Amino acid sequence: MTTTSFRADAADPAAGAGPVADAPVLRADHVTKRFGGVTALDDVTFSVAAGESMALMGENGAGKSTLIKVLTGVYRPDDGRILLGGQPAVFARPLDAQRAGVSTIYQEVNLIPLMSVAQNIYLGREPRGRLGLIDARRMQSDARELLSAYGIAVDVRRPLRSCALGVQQMVALARAVSINARIVIMDEPTSSLEAREVETLFRVIRMLRDQGIAIVYVSHRMDEIFEVCESVTVLRDGRVVHVGPVQGMTRGELVSLMLGRSIDAVRREGATAFRSGHTSDAPAVLEATGLSRKHEIADVDLRVRPGEVVGLGGLLGSGRSETLKAIAGVTAVDAGTVTVSGAPVRGGSVSAAIRAGIVMLPEDRKAEGIVPNLSVRDNIVLAALPRLSRAGFTSTAKQDAVVDVFMKRLHIKASSPDQPVAELSGGNQQKVMIARWLAMSPRVLLLDEPTRGIDVGAKAEVQALIDELASEGLAIVLVSSEIEEVVEGSGRVVVLREGSVQTELTGIHVDEASLLAALAGTEVPE
Amino acid sequence: MTAIDPAAGPSTSAQVWRERLAGLAQTYGAAVVLVVLLVVGSIAFPAFPTASNLANIATQSSFLLIVGVGMTFVILTGGIDLSVGSQYALGGVLAAYGSAWGLGGGLLLPLVVCVVIGLVQGAIVAYGGLAPFIVTLAGLLGVRGLVLALTGGGSSTPLVTDPALSALGQGGVAGLRWPVFIALAAVLVGSVLLLRSRGGQAVLAVGGSESASVLMGLPVARVKLTVYTVSGVCAGLAGALTAAYTSSGVPTVGVGLELSAISAVVIGGTLLVGGRGNLVGTTAGVLLLTVIQNLINQVGSLTSSVQAVVSGGFLAVVVILQTVLARTQRL
Repeated sequence: MTTTSFRADAADPAAGAGPVADAPVLRADHVTKRFGGVTALDDVTFSVAAGESMALMGENGAGKSTLIKVLTGVYRPDDGRILLGGQPAVFARPLDAQRAGVSTIYQEVNLIPLMSVAQNIYLGREPRGRLGLIDARRMQSDARELLSAYGIAVDVRRPLRSCALGVQQMVALARAVSINARIVIMDEPTSSLEAREVETLFRVIRMLRDQGIAIVYVSHRMDEIFEVCESVTVLRDGRVVHVGPVQGMTRGELVSLMLGRSIDAVRREGATAFRSGHTSDAPAVLEATGLSRKHEIADVDLRVRPGEVVGLGGLLGSGRSETLKAIAGVTAVDAGTVTVSGAPVRGGSVSAAIRAGIVMLPEDRKAEGIVPNLSVRDNIVLAALPRLSRAGFTSTAKQDAVVDVFMKRLHIKASSPDQPVAELSGGNQQKVMIARWLAMSPRVLLLDEPTRGIDVGAKAEVQALIDELASEGLAIVLVSSEIEEVVEGSGRVVVLREGSVQTELTGIHVDEASLLAALAGTEVPE
Repeated sequence: MTAIDPAAGPSTSAQVWRERLAGLAQTYGAAVVLVVLLVVGSIAFPAFPTASNLANIATQSSFLLIVGVGMTFVILTGGIDLSVGSQYALGGVLAAYGSAWGLGGGLLLPLVVCVVIGLVQGAIVAYGGLAPFIVTLAGLLGVRGLVLALTGGGSSTPLVTDPALSALGQGGVAGLRWPVFIALAAVLVGSVLLLRSRGGQAVLAVGGSESASVLMGLPVARVKLTVYTVSGVCAGLAGALTAAYTSSGVPTVGVGLELSAISAVVIGGTLLVGGRGNLVGTTAGVLLLTVIQNLINQVGSLTSSVQAVVSGGFLAVVVILQTVLARTQRL
């Protein structure tokens, strides 16, 4: 399963489908990168040849973006080296990599929105005529020619910001290639494109590949990998777990490589503290219908009964967190309704959602949740302050009572309620967050990665707590990247793929094999 | 081939037109208001449209316009130069002292010193990464102190002793004085550089998006260094010409001039955040400020305090309008 070999020879069969692949034009050779005590890249060897399009895949935290940053000179490797055309290369900054022929196309377009298409393509190297002045006419005709070679007809005098995102992406690509890029790295280039724009992008990518340009393609969208890439490198936990041709691979294999769990080897004992999946027959308390938000989610339905834990399955970028945020009113939806016990909840308003009894534990608790310098007490009562105060004055006695109840009930380990939350462990911080929302007496609890970044012991405690809350009748939606957490914690799993509900697993089908298959978009194996 | 339709942009055609219109209003609005004001003024006050009064307006505008040219470049990068008022005074005082060595001395001394001041400020902003506001505020205070030190605490006013330098400020052709032509030349040269040179395009790019400019490999630091130097040179030149015009280097001139220059640039349609603007707009902005002042003087009964209130109110209206126009264009 773990083929850590890399492709380097001209005689690689992987290149069979495309043009002849040469020796690697860009190669990371046994690269290690650490941040403090965390090893982000562990002895990673990655290479791409001229005229080859290589997919780089892996779940969140697998080390993809770190690897890209090492390749493009944003980070310096702690160990190992970068080889460019066989020669060791040191990139002190992104500009050095760019000058050496390594260009990066980012998710967000990095051009000047106020300047014209032509100006953006030729900034810093405008064609000059008499007196060293810019020959605007030639610049425009050159730009038009360059873009039309890729099948893009656009008025090159228009300011870039008035162009569709797809065109902007293509302008960035045209600029990169016309500066003699030999390697183009694309980091999720399609995340904000329309289907038609994606098509154009793919055509351009194939043209570049035929011109002998090496392409590194990062995406979570499985279909795209199979469409434009001929090889794939899979990273997991900072290591290369697979390198090989895309042809002959199945989606299922790719997914299990990324998640590190083979479909065959899933029949084992549960590793989580969940006792059982929670199901219920009561009428649904939360009903979300047809939730849609451009580029994020499309027509997502979700129903949760009191006492039920519903897992939201899906790979990164499938719309898991986006669905939660839409329900919690963090983001406004383009279409769709949310009701609690039949009463509609105004969309796009967190306070409306909270009043209706919907609360969310955000994914990034440091950035979106705790206030590190405030005490445990203050963090717990923060959201509930309006209820605990009269005429704008807070009641200390009421606060203390609430804090005392939740600290005991959730077993929050703190020296006192006055200890700053920043001093607590990750698990206890998470419990403080949960306590904050429980103090609001919610009816629906949305949990986004509740156990991320906390140690094993605390994880088990948080999982047990989720169990307990469900048995007390709370409706819970659980999002987790950890497949066993979703499977063992939920009574039902709604699987999302590319923003839409792919399937729903219920009863005995809530198991890892079915979930893995659903994630990959294939049929459930019998 | 499935060509991407340019109309498939993020906006509908009605929106596009609204944005385009707002863009035109932003760029040419000052010029239109200027024309309206000239017409109304001419009808209301018979003394206003006389050749001598208009020539007077031109001369008064020329000094501020030269400062405004430099300021436009700085603001286009997203920066600000608060030191121009002090550098303007320094330029005048140094021109008067320098005129002891003739015309060359009277011009070179202020220009060289202001280049050095501009370079130092630019280097601190560009390579030190400090906020332009603070750096040039220090320049405002420090250079003013230098001016006072050079003139015995501001008590003495050095006189321009070279007749050629005085002639440069007071002489002219076709009823207009030389500073007017110099200011127009500055606008012309500045416009060509801005629109037709790589450096000028880089100025617009840095103001448009500094991080993208870095990633595109533009010499961002050098661009910033250059604009503060240009601004210094412009302020010094304007000061020297003022000294030539008045035959003396008055140490107390130019207090608050930086604010007039910034106002003129903003009124002229240059975005305070940088990335878009032009010198024709700045010219219209400078003329507008001078014409308003001139018209208030025509009324006669109004005091200078009223003048300040009117100018302030006008600026507030313009800034609000510019903001509305910028939002319409979703800038």
